[in-house]
Order: sequence, then C-alpha cells, then structure tokens
Amino acid sequence: MARRSVQISSTTILGVLALGVVVCLTLGTLVAVAMRAEGAGRLGPADWAAIRFTLWQAAASATLSILLAIPVARALARRSFPGRSVLITLLGAPFILPVIVAILGLIAVFGRTGLISQVLGLFGIEPISVYGYHGVILAHVFFNLPLATRLILQGWLAIPSERFRLAASLGMGPSDIARTLERPMLREVVPGAFLVIFLICLTSFAVALALGGGPKATTVELAIYEAFRFDFDLGRASLLALVQFGLGAALALIALRVAMPSDMGAGLDRAVTRWDDRPALLVQDIVAITLATLFLLLPLGMVVLDGLPRLLHLPDVVFGAALRSVIVALVSAALTLALSLPIAALAVRHNSRVVEALGYLTIAASPLVIGTGLFIITFPFVKPSDLALPITAIVNAALSLPFTLRALVPALAAVERDFGPLADGLGMTGWTRLRHLWLPRLRRPMGFALGLAAALSMGDLGVIALFADGDNATLPLQLFRLMAAYRMEDAAAAALLLLTLSLGLFWLFDKGGRVNADR
Amino acid sequence: MKTALSFVAGLALTTTAAMAADKPVLQVYAPDYFASEWGPGPSIEAGFEAQCGCDLEFVTGDVMPRLMLEGERTEADVVIGLNTDVTARARASGLFAPHGLDVSGLTLPVDWTDDVFVPFDYSYTAFIYDNTKITDAPNSFDALLAMPDDTKIVIQDPRSSISGLALLLWVKSVYGDKADEAWAKLNPKILTVTKGWSEAYGMFTDGEADMVLSYVTSPAYHIIAEEDLTKSAAIFDEGHYLYVDLVGKIANTDQPELADAFMAYVLSEEFQSGIATSNWSFPSKLATDKLPEGFANLPVPAKALVFSEEEAEAIRKPALDEWLAAASK
Repeated sequence: MARRSVQISSTTILGVLALGVVVCLTLGTLVAVAMRAEGAGRLGPADWAAIRFTLWQAAASATLSILLAIPVARALARRSFPGRSVLITLLGAPFILPVIVAILGLIAVFGRTGLISQVLGLFGIEPISVYGYHGVILAHVFFNLPLATRLILQGWLAIPSERFRLAASLGMGPSDIARTLERPMLREVVPGAFLVIFLICLTSFAVALALGGGPKATTVELAIYEAFRFDFDLGRASLLALVQFGLGAALALIALRVAMPSDMGAGLDRAVTRWDDRPALLVQDIVAITLATLFLLLPLGMVVLDGLPRLLHLPDVVFGAALRSVIVALVSAALTLALSLPIAALAVRHNSRVVEALGYLTIAASPLVIGTGLFIITFPFVKPSDLALPITAIVNAALSLPFTLRALVPALAAVERDFGPLADGLGMTGWTRLRHLWLPRLRRPMGFALGLAAALSMGDLGVIALFADGDNATLPLQLFRLMAAYRMEDAAAAALLLLTLSLGLFWLFDKGGRVNADR
Repeated sequence: MKTALSFVAGLALTTTAAMAADKPVLQVYAPDYFASEWGPGPSIEAGFEAQCGCDLEFVTGDVMPRLMLEGERTEADVVIGLNTDVTARARASGLFAPHGLDVSGLTLPVDWTDDVFVPFDYSYTAFIYDNTKITDAPNSFDALLAMPDDTKIVIQDPRSSISGLALLLWVKSVYGDKADEAWAKLNPKILTVTKGWSEAYGMFTDGEADMVLSYVTSPAYHIIAEEDLTKSAAIFDEGHYLYVDLVGKIANTDQPELADAFMAYVLSEEFQSGIATSNWSFPSKLATDKLPEGFANLPVPAKALVFSEEEAEAIRKPALDEWLAAASK
C-alpha cells in the first residue's frame, strides 16, 4: 500500500508539471498580453458576427466530418486488402498539410478551372463554385475527415476480436453487432473526436478567408489578427482570445459529459475476423473507401503534379530549411510525448475529465496570442531570434497535445482497466510499470501521436513570426518567401517537399507503433 | 529532452555566433520577404557591408507589432519596409529620429517632405490580368466595375494584408462618398478574399482568377525573370493608389553613425539600381534611363492617388466598415 501511494504521487507530480507547462503556454501568455494592453478591450458588432460565424462553421464542419468518417472507418476496420495500411497513412495526409498548400490543391480540383469543372465542361455543364460557406466547410472536412477517420478507426480496432467471435457464435447479424458492440464504441469515441475537430475549426483563419468568398466568412482568429496587426489593440486581441477559449471550454465540458466510457473488457489482441458479412455491406464499404480516397487524394495528387517539375531544381537554402524543420519536428514530437503521457496518466489515475479538458486548452488558444505572450515574457531576458527554433518546437508540441491526448487517454484507460489490478498485485510501479505495461500496450496510439505531432510541427509557422531572424527559416517560411518573390513554381515544389517530409515522418512513427500489432 | 532542446538552441545560435566578430553590428528590422534569399536583403547587406566595416544583421518578422512590443528597449537601429499607410502609428510611437538627409533629387511621382521616413522604392496598386485571355482590359475604375460579373477577381483582406488596405484607400480616393456603391458593383466579381498577397497571386497564376490585386510593377517580374509577356497591369484613367516603401532610423540607436550611413546608402545609386529587380518596384531616386529593361517600358499611371498618413489612419476604420457592410450583403 505504501508503494502504491508513492506511485500515485509521482504520477501526480509529473502530470501536474506537464499541465503547468500547458496552462502557462495558453492562459499564461494570454495574461501576459492582456497585462501589456492599454485599457480593456471592447467587442464591436463585427466581432460578434465573427463569433457567430466561427461557431456555426466549426459545428457544421465537425458534424459533417464525423458523419462521413463513420462509414469510412467502419469499412477500413472490417476489410483487409493489399495496400490497406499505405492507404490509411495516405488518407491521413490532408490533416498535416500546410493550409496554403491544401487550399491550392483543393482549388485545383474544386475550383472554377479545377478538375471537376473541366470534366463538367466536357458535357457543357457550368463550372462549380467552391467559394462561399460551402467552400469553407468543404475545406474543413478535407482537413479533418482524415483525423475523424483515424480516431474512429482506432475505436473500432480497440474492440477485442473475441467480442466479434462471441457475437458470431450467438448468431448476431450486422444490426445486432452495431447495437451491442459498435454503437457503444461510437458513443465513447465520437464526442471526443467531434470536440477536437470543432476546436480545430474554431481557430481557422486562412482557410475560412480564402474559400469563404469574402468578409462574411470572418473568424475570431482573423479578428484577433486584425486587432494585433493594424490596431495594435492588445486589449481587444486578448479579449477575443479569451472568448475563443471560452467557446472551446464550454464545448469541451459538453462533449466530455456526453461521452460514455464503454466497457468492452480485455481481449487477447487477436486479429479481428468478422462473420457478419453480406454482399450489400461489401458494396457499401467499397463505395465509402473509394469516395473518401478520391476526395482526399485528388487534391494531394494535384499538389504532387504541380510540385514535381521544379523539385530537383530547388535552391539549396530550401533543403537547409527542410533539415531545420525536420529537427524541430522530431524535438517537438518528443516533447509532445513528454507532456502528454504524464497528463494522460494523471487523467486516468484520477479519472479526471478536467485534467483531460485542460490538455485541450492549447487548441482553442490563438497561436498569435501564444507567440505574442511568449515574446513579451522573454524579450527582457533573451534575444528573440535565439529562441526562434526552441519556441517553435515547444509551441508545436503544445499544439499537438489535444490530438495525442485524444489517442492516449482512452488507450491508457483501457490498459489500466484491464491490467491495472494485476500490475498493482505484482507491485509494478513507476518506471517498471511504464516500461513493461504502458509502453508495450500503448505502442500503437503512441506511434500515431508521435507521428501526428512531428507532421503537424513540420507545417506550422503560426507562432514564429515575432521571433524569426533572417537566417533560421523553416520550410513553411521558405515556401512563403518563394511565393512572396513571385516564384510560384518553386513554391509548389517546396510544398511537395513539405508534404513528402510531413507524411514521411508520420508514416515512420505510425509504422513503428504498428509493428507486430497489425496484420 | 534537455539535450535535444539545447541542440536546437545551439543550432539557432551557431549562425548568429559565427557573425559576431569584432565589427559593430547594425540591426535592421525588415518584413520577412525582405531578407529572404530571393528578396532585396542579401544584395543590400553585401553592398553596405563592403563600405561600412560593420556587420549588417536583418531581423525579420512582423515589424510594427514587434517594435510596439519592444518600445524604448528595442535593439533595432534602422527599420526598413514600412509603408505610408502605417507610418502614422510608427511616428506616434516616438521611436524614430529625423533622417537629416537631402531628399531633393527623388524621382517619386509626388513631393516628399517627410523629415523622418525616407522612401526607397514605390509602386502603384493595380489589377493584373493575362493579356491573352482579356483583350479589352478596363482603362478606368468605372470600366472595371462595368465588366461582366463572370470576370473573377481575387483581392486581399484589408484586415490582414497591406495591399488589401491599399485597395480600400484606392476605392475611397476614387469614389469618395460613393465608395459603397462602387463596392456593391465590384463585389459580384470578387472570386474570393485571401489573407495575404501570396495566396491571391498564386490563384491568379494558377488560372483560377482572371485578375488579381497586385502592383503595376508585377508584370516586370514575369518579363525579366520568366520572359513571359502575357501578364499586364490594367492602367486606370482615374489614377492608381501610390504605395511607397520606407526606411527610418531609430532614435535611441547605439550605432547612430552606422544608421545614418545606412540611411544615406539607401538613396545611393548602387542601392537604387538594384532595388527594382530585387523588390520588383520603382526605385525612389533613379533616372528613368537607368531603369532595368523591362521596367523602363512598363505602362505607368498618369496620376498618383495618395492619402496623407493622417488621412489614411482616419479613413481606415470607416472605409473598412463600409467595405464589410457592402461585402456582407
């Protein structure tokens, strides 16, 4: 018993420390910005319109992403075919794409002169228009369908194969299995997935603007940017950032309350075999997988086509920037794990939704406010350009946290539920428990989490603007510089390089996590 | 974890450390594009270092917000890349010192009397089109508004982009009180509004938009760097909004002589003859016959429209509201 309490306290200490880092990065930076402001900010009618639009588009985007992801995830869960694992990795690509690249890829398919309009043109049909509210939603679904699919797919794969075997021996058909096994799983997984995607869309900025067709599609993040850049009204910027937090927090509370932990019990990790197949289901699955593949991979294909001609002719500085970005991404991934494992442990140990919710804070945070806050805090002591890359790594790690927590918390909860009592009985605590129970059992979600964190930090450049100096540009920054210098073709090649590296990093980690675990 | 972090920090430090010889350092704050491999920065740095016996260091990023955050404690000696539409706040900050230069020989289309900010290049806001696709390009703002609504134009958001803000002021200077009616006619043609210039220009070169808000000097890039003659700027009779890039000296610089020398260098013929093809705009002090080929033959607006910085600052908010109201209909 004495040993048990030591175990609890070390989990608690590490978890609280990690949470402290998160809270400092999010609320701490916000306070720093607010304190620097001259007078309190006030919200104008335009700000309220931005808040309404932000909420509406985030809810619509998240709902649609989830609804579409369920059939795709189900199809991927119950089918095995050659190239399935490659396809799963590729389908994840849009999520880790830098916004500017994704927009150009989407336009190449859905734009006025895009693939679809050209095909329609062959039949004399008017070109489609992607600009407007539907364009914003389309882009957000494009970004987030992959994440939703992965999160839900993990839910499916977490149902022990023994349950399906049992269901088959009880003579259950597809609808019985859906009722007894799949829906309870969805009830557990979907609210969290919805929450994460809602929060991503909450802070959307460039996507909403470029495809929104005009200022009707103004989000809170744009209002923050405007207050900061043009008015230098830190009061209004921090008030808007607080509103953004508030919206995120309110939704987090609702979603986590709705989520029901399902109790599947432990299995022996056998491969899932299903006995409830019907020809109609096969057709349904083929359709779901084909449509999702076309929707997600066509724009990526256009990015590849656009980038190929100049890829080998890129200036050396671009490759230097790529190397810098890869290093930042690796450090960032390691930091993400160092932050998320203690937080996940704390959340599971104390069965605390609040802990988990605090971990989500970073995603509702405005990257601009985080960057500004860190600048205000560090400027009196350190030369900002010396911090450019470390800050990029840390902030990107924090920004990836919600996704890694989403993957780790349920998995760790399951491990503790299934094996915790046994481990306690054996007196496995601290390092031993981590090494012999958690790490082996969490391999798959950890690989996924590391890959996601690495890939996400490859593409990000939100917080670095205040810290950068001329010499330490990352790959996304070089991409922007190429565009700003009219070199659109070189920029397309840099985008392809970025896409390849992000996807490569994600694949490596994810693959590492699935060694021995996949068929 | 600590080792990994210090590795990254080290990576960031090595480049700065390598430059920190005994020479005095002149810190020049500049927008990000400025110091990039493909921007004007590298040649300016090489040119000035050859004569100053110093180390010119560009610090890039969001220049104005960063200066405002740093206030009196700023390490900047010189700030380059501001423009006339945001200098009101820059001036009000009290961070800048008078330049003390003779600006009589400038080749700007307007008189220059500012004693704090010195122009180093300029251009005009303009709509760029593909002259193989649009053969009857509009020759006035009215003609642009009268174009069929299926002519699609991409512009930048005035709330996040300086060129978008310039368009707002351009419309205001042409249409005054009737700006909202002009926006009402322009809006059906606006394909979309992007966060920055790069997204918009990329959509134009990809063929997604027929016209894009950019600068009269944009075709020069295509002519000189790509030998592509198909991009043109539509020149309007009413005149074009003038866009002037500026440099200013920080008052409490610890390198006043170097800062003065740099300010003077900006108006030297060496700097001026290089800026056209590195920043793709007109030099502020260079005779027309010394312009690079490709620039010399660019069509130029007959009239420069410009607001004083006080006017620009006063107009910005109401003009923005006007645009928002018109565009949200």
